[in-house]
Amino acid sequence: MITTIAFYLFATLTIAPALLVIFARNPVHSVLWLILAFFNAAGLMLILGAEFIAMLLVIVYVGAVAVLFLFVVMMLDIDFASLRSGFTKNMPFGLLIALVLLAEIVIATGVRSAGPNAALVPHAVAATGPVQPNIVGIGTMLYSRFLYPFEIAGLILLVAMIGAIVLTHRSRSDTRGQNIARQIARVPSEATRNTQPAVGEGVVL
Amino acid sequence: MIGLFHYLAVAAILFTIGVLGIFLNRRNIILMLMAIELILLAVNINLVAFSAFAGDLVGQIFAMFVLTVAASEAAIGLAILVIFFRRRGTIAVDDANRMHG
Repeated sequence: MITTIAFYLFATLTIAPALLVIFARNPVHSVLWLILAFFNAAGLMLILGAEFIAMLLVIVYVGAVAVLFLFVVMMLDIDFASLRSGFTKNMPFGLLIALVLLAEIVIATGVRSAGPNAALVPHAVAATGPVQPNIVGIGTMLYSRFLYPFEIAGLILLVAMIGAIVLTHRSRSDTRGQNIARQIARVPSEATRNTQPAVGEGVVL
Repeated sequence: MIGLFHYLAVAAILFTIGVLGIFLNRRNIILMLMAIELILLAVNINLVAFSAFAGDLVGQIFAMFVLTVAASEAAIGLAILVIFFRRRGTIAVDDANRMHG
């Protein structure tokens, strides 16, 4: 009973903010709605018993990706009003395509579950009382059977990180950076001098 | 009782919203990237739901890989967006015709 209520709560709070993401006028609001959608999707996965993926969703999506979006939206000075031209023009066509797509997915799912293969999907096995904790199972599998895909995933992240840095890095000529070699090479005998100026006269700089 | 079909329905609706977002915000590439994130979220919900109902953890492992790719895609996409904005002063997708492709 509580599971049902929680499911409908999380499902509603995932879909409604997702709609607001694409219909919000202000992109900052879009990002904030996206964060809400991700949080509630994590709730859906918690109901399913996938605790690790749920926490990963909160940490990676809300903590990193959504904040990255927020930074970019707020950092760039973009005239978002002009970018919305064509929004209403594309509306009928976009709605048509979306409805066709939704109908196709529903029909395909219905056909799949109506056929003789329907018995292949047992209901709610892992949702209640898993034998071992979710994270133990995932860790065991990740470091044995899926070791190479796991390392390739790490490589993808490394390439993405280096790529993002290389793409956005620029060497600016109008700033004065710190020259560490010059600082270390500096000795007191060259950097200072003793003078004894007469009273009333300044020091030659 | 909440069955597998409920989760598939939520994921299908999310996926459709994502596709609709790409169609509606044809000119705004930031919103297009967000719509792609929504689509990948729908895929993840599907994978985790099948994994839970089939009692097989492979789906969750795969959802993790999808998450990895989504994060790197967002990082690279936003980096390209930032340098594009630095050069052109706009992020309208229509203006991205420098290479006449």
